[in-house]
Amino acid sequence: MTTARLALVGAPNCGKSTLFNGLTGGRAKVANYPGATVETRSGRFRTTPGRDVELIDLPGIYGLTPRSMDERVAVDMLTGKTPGEAAPDLLLILIDASNIRTHLHSVLQLRAIGKPMIVSLNMIDLAERDGLKLDVGKLEQRLGVPVVTSRATRKAGREALLSRLDDVLGADLPEAQPAQQASLKDLQREARAIARDVTIAEPVLNRLTREVDRYVLHPVAGLAILFSLLFLMFQAVFSWSGAPMDAIDGGAIALGEWVRAILPEGWLQSLIVDGVIAGVGSVVIFLPQILILFAFILILEASGYMARAAFLMDELMMKVGLNGRAFIPLLSSFACAIPGIMAARVIDSERDRLTTIMIAPLMTCSARLPVYTLIIAAFIPRDMVGPFNLQGLVMFGLYIAGIASAVTVAFVLKRTLTKGQTQPLIMELPTYKLPDPRDFAIGLWMRASAFLKRAGTIILATSILLWFLASYPASASTLRETFAGRIGGLLETIVAPIGFNLEISIALIPGMAAREVAVSALGTVYAVQNAEDNTEGLAMVLQSAWSLPTAFAFLAWYVFAPQCFATLATIRRETNSWKWTGFAFAYLMGLAYVAAGLVYHVSSALMQAG
Amino acid sequence: MKLTALPKGETARISKIASADPALEAKLREIGFSEGDEVEVAHHGPIGGRPICTRLNQTLIALRMEEAAAISVEPAK
Repeated sequence: MTTARLALVGAPNCGKSTLFNGLTGGRAKVANYPGATVETRSGRFRTTPGRDVELIDLPGIYGLTPRSMDERVAVDMLTGKTPGEAAPDLLLILIDASNIRTHLHSVLQLRAIGKPMIVSLNMIDLAERDGLKLDVGKLEQRLGVPVVTSRATRKAGREALLSRLDDVLGADLPEAQPAQQASLKDLQREARAIARDVTIAEPVLNRLTREVDRYVLHPVAGLAILFSLLFLMFQAVFSWSGAPMDAIDGGAIALGEWVRAILPEGWLQSLIVDGVIAGVGSVVIFLPQILILFAFILILEASGYMARAAFLMDELMMKVGLNGRAFIPLLSSFACAIPGIMAARVIDSERDRLTTIMIAPLMTCSARLPVYTLIIAAFIPRDMVGPFNLQGLVMFGLYIAGIASAVTVAFVLKRTLTKGQTQPLIMELPTYKLPDPRDFAIGLWMRASAFLKRAGTIILATSILLWFLASYPASASTLRETFAGRIGGLLETIVAPIGFNLEISIALIPGMAAREVAVSALGTVYAVQNAEDNTEGLAMVLQSAWSLPTAFAFLAWYVFAPQCFATLATIRRETNSWKWTGFAFAYLMGLAYVAAGLVYHVSSALMQAG
Repeated sequence: MKLTALPKGETARISKIASADPALEAKLREIGFSEGDEVEVAHHGPIGGRPICTRLNQTLIALRMEEAAAISVEPAK
């Protein structure tokens, strides 16, 4: 017997990806806001008696008329229009048990697909806690399809579903028979009648959610909470990470000393100490900051807060010409622009989606943290300004600079290239939930391992390559005479007017791969140059090697520069257009150049005047 | 009266969902708005009271004014 293909269907945020992960052991992103899943994903599991099933996780849909890209992905899969993919054999319809009344009509609507269905009332534990009492047997009878209850987060909560699923798969799947399609209004009426019939006691809106929202959605307190949370996040990234970063830095230096002691002086010692340890070490040191940032974002996403932030920001976003829903992709872009760009799929209007994609790279992603932190640690004193750490304030300022430019660019784009009607906002705000510790740990681990994997691959490789280019030919007595110096010299003619020196010019080239690569490249270039005296961290070296205006110009450059291949590749895939990809690259590079130049010349002039 | 005119904290019954834009009407219905259901304006946005957040049964749904205007309500008995 062939493996049955089972599609997970349901409204956004009803727990499909959680169930998917639970059944298949997969690691799909789960979060507590509508639209966390924007692509299909498939995995396998086995029912208790040993039947193999292929499970397909889909983005949430409210009906069969797709409006946004994520909904289209789901509906295409259901109707067999996804190229290279057969339609599923069976639909597993997930409904949030506390919202049967509002979401039951989607079951009736999905009859039109003409596939066998099984319905699972998910999060039954939460619904019952809020007062729901339901006659499941009667619901099954009225719908004419199997109905079970489930709690996707727990193994025991998935058992009834699994055993019922096995029964259904064991019986011959009935021939597909597309049902006649009634109007939405009639379906609603039918669904309401069924819901009324099977509900013994209706739940009330979760009390905790009501209480918390009194503050979180309050016109004044709500905004204050939003900005405090963001501010706390950026301060924490800076002030909580000091000790572990010093430890990693100390460890890298000690490791270098040790290698220097046991290996004979020569090219191998230099390669390992000045190439690998200086290069990879200068990036790995930022792991604590990246983990703190991701921890904050994961908690915000899992708690149910993200959709509230979008609600609070909607009017401001509309003034810029964007949809409030764009706020979630943009906030996700603080972690990384790539999932942010993909998350823009939830935006109905194609023009709004494009605008969001174009500005997502301006949000300060975690890969800029190494660059910012390095320069700030080298050039900004560790003073306190009132209760705030000055270095943290500068970091916050850089984030604000990114947000302000994003808003400005969106404003201009919406009045020129992506002109169009403002799109509706219709968005569900989920009930608050405590983040699941397992999901949290997996999310954090996936980020940490991706970061370390990059340090062990791209960064390791460029460090070795750059060590070679910066050390040879052996006859070279200055950096400029090395291979790296000659290549960097070409770029230097372009970037010297904005205050960049030869070392920066060299680092910018491998830095095209990813932003933090520039840091490792600087680490290697300076380590090779100062091979005799490598007892200081990179920050200390830069402090004496760079002027203050150069350091500021470098920061300004990184607010804008699209130095990340993966982001550009994602823009290309999501816009399906080289033109838009080229536009994003060109405008961001242009802004980076102008901003760095302005900062360099203005701060030079100020320093001379002072 | 239109849902946009319903004061914060008050509950009313949905009497009609209609819009010149049929896609908007469909979307409102799909997310769960339906004639006969009770709806409450639970929260107002921070700037100019926009957008609004409605409570429909056990769900909170945020709407902009343009969308809320497609929903007519009458005071609940």
